[in-house]
Amino acid sequence: MSENKMKDVTYRSPDERLAEKKSKYTPKYIFLNGVLFENPALRLVLGTCPLLAVTISAKSSLFMGLAVLFVLTASEAIISLLRNVIPNKVRIPAFITIIATFVTIVQMLISAYFPALNESLGIYIPLIVVNCILLARAETFASKQKVLPSILDGFSMGTGFTLALLLMGSIREILGCGTFFDMKLPLFGSVFEPMMFFMLPPGGFFVFGICICLVQMIMKKQEKHSSGKGTSPCGTSSPSDCLSCAGCNLCKGKEE
Amino acid sequence: MKLQVSHSPHVRDKATTQSIMLDVIIALLPATFAGWYYFGIRAVLVTLVSVVSCLIFEYISRRVMKRNNTLYDLSAAVTGLLLAMNLPVTIPIYMVVIGACFAIVVVKQMFGGIGNNFVNPAIAARIFLVIAFPKAMTSWTIHSGAWYSFKSVDAVSSATPLTSLGASNEPSLWSLFIGDKAGCIGEVCILALLIGALYLMFRHVIRPWIPAAFIGTFFILVFFFGHTNVLHFTGDLTTSSGWEMLFHECLYMLLSGGLILGAFFMATDYVTSPLTVKGKLIFGAGCGILTFLIRYYGNMAEGVSFSILLMNILTPHIDEWTMGKPFGEVKENAKA
Repeated sequence: MSENKMKDVTYRSPDERLAEKKSKYTPKYIFLNGVLFENPALRLVLGTCPLLAVTISAKSSLFMGLAVLFVLTASEAIISLLRNVIPNKVRIPAFITIIATFVTIVQMLISAYFPALNESLGIYIPLIVVNCILLARAETFASKQKVLPSILDGFSMGTGFTLALLLMGSIREILGCGTFFDMKLPLFGSVFEPMMFFMLPPGGFFVFGICICLVQMIMKKQEKHSSGKGTSPCGTSSPSDCLSCAGCNLCKGKEE
Repeated sequence: MKLQVSHSPHVRDKATTQSIMLDVIIALLPATFAGWYYFGIRAVLVTLVSVVSCLIFEYISRRVMKRNNTLYDLSAAVTGLLLAMNLPVTIPIYMVVIGACFAIVVVKQMFGGIGNNFVNPAIAARIFLVIAFPKAMTSWTIHSGAWYSFKSVDAVSSATPLTSLGASNEPSLWSLFIGDKAGCIGEVCILALLIGALYLMFRHVIRPWIPAAFIGTFFILVFFFGHTNVLHFTGDLTTSSGWEMLFHECLYMLLSGGLILGAFFMATDYVTSPLTVKGKLIFGAGCGILTFLIRYYGNMAEGVSFSILLMNILTPHIDEWTMGKPFGEVKENAKA
C-alpha cells in the first residue's frame, strides 16, 4: 500500500509512464472490466443477497442498480481522494463511513421522492452499506488508484451490476408475472399461465445460475478468441494485473 | 504362454444402458396402460407429448453442445414416460413441454447428460411444475367412464385421496389398489406398478433395498405416529376389526399418492441413489421419513417427490459415509 502511494509522487520517466498507461487501466479496459470481465454480480458473485431479493421485478432491480451505481461512483471518488490520508489500520471503518454517508443520501432521496419504491426495496437500500461490491472496489481499486480511474471504475462496476440486475429482473418478471415494467404482455394470462416459480427464491437462484452460465459462455468464447494474444482468462494482459483482481480465481493454476 | 494384464472390471455383463432403459420402459408400460384406461385419450396425448418432447430436447441439446447423440440409450424416453406418469391428466399441453424442457435441458444436459445429473430429471421437472403452476398441477379428476373423451370437462374433479382420509367420500382400499381414484396418470394403479416392479426385480435391474426401506420406514412411522396410531389406539385389539381399523390408515397411506411409483421407479435411479446396500437402506429410510413428515406436517398433500429430490442431493454424502473398505486394508489407529 505504502509503495503504491510512493509510486504516485515519485518521478517516472516518460517511457515508464507510457508503458504503465499501455499495460493496464486504460479507460476502455476499466469499463469492460466492470461490465463484463469482472462483472460484480455475475463474475465475482458479490452482492448476492440484494440481487436475489430485489430482482422480482424489472423496475425495482433497475432502481436498486442505479442506487448502487451512484453510491459506488461517489464513494470511490471520495475514497480515492482521501487514499493518502486514511491510515492503513483503520481503512475499513473509514471506507464504511464514507459509503454510509452516500447510502444515507440515497435513502433520504428515495423516501422523499419515491415512497412506493422505498417500500418495495425496503431494507435493501440501507444494506448497500455492507454490500461487498462497494467494500471490494474500495479496497482493491479506489484506495490504490487516482481519482479519475476510480470514478470510471465505480461507474462501470455500477453499470455492470445494474445490467445484471436488470437482466435477472426482466427474466423473472416476464416469466413469473407476465409483465415487463408493470406493463402487461400479450399472450400471458390468456395462452400461457405465468410461472409462480420465478417469483419465489428458488426461481431467483435458478435465473442467477443461468445468467452466470451465459456470461461464462461469453467469456470462454472471448478467451478462445484472444488466446493467441496471450491474455489470461479474466481479460488482463499481464500477470501483475491478477493481483488487483480480487475474488477472481480463474487465473489460479494457469499462471505457471 | 502369454499372460495379458488388463484393468478392472474383469467381470463383464451383457447389460447396456439401452437394455436397462428398455427394461424400465417395459416395466412402466402396465401402469401407463392402466392410466390410459382410467383417464382416457387425453392421458395418451399427455404421455406422447412428454416422451416426444423429451427426445427432441435431448437431441437438440446434444447437438447444440456438440456432443454425441444419446437418443438411442432411451434414457430420455424413460424420463419422458416417468414425467408423464407424474402429471395430472388435465394439465395444459404446453406445461408438459416446459416440464420436459426443464427435465432434459436444465437438469440433465446442462450437468453433462446421462450419468451426471445430480437429481432425477423427471422428479425435478415435476417439482418445478408443481411450484410453477400450483393450480394446474393439483387439480385432480376421477375418471367418468367416458374413456374416449378428449376433453376432461365431463370428468369429475376430485380431491387427491391423500386429503380425503376419514372423509365421507373416502375411497375403499380395493379401489385405491386397482386405481379407481383421483391422481397422476401413472400413480393410480398400484397393481400395475407392482407387476412392473416385480419384472424389474426379476430382471435384476433394481434391487429391493431402497423400496423396502422407503415403504417400510413410512409404514412404521404411520403405524406409530399417524392419526389412528398404535400408541393412542382406543379400539379393541382382541377382535379382527380392531386390527383392521389400526392398519387401515397405514394401508390407505401406502396405496394413495405416488409412494409406490416413487419408491420402485424414481428412488431407484442408478445415477442418483447410493451404491452400497447400507447406503441404499439409509437413502430409502430418509425418503420414508421425509415423505411422512411432509404428508402429515407439511402444507402439501404429497411429499414423495420432494423427499426423493432431497435424498438425491444427499446421495454423494451417503456414498462417502458408507464407502466400503478395500479388502486387506487396516485401520490407521488399529492396534496390532
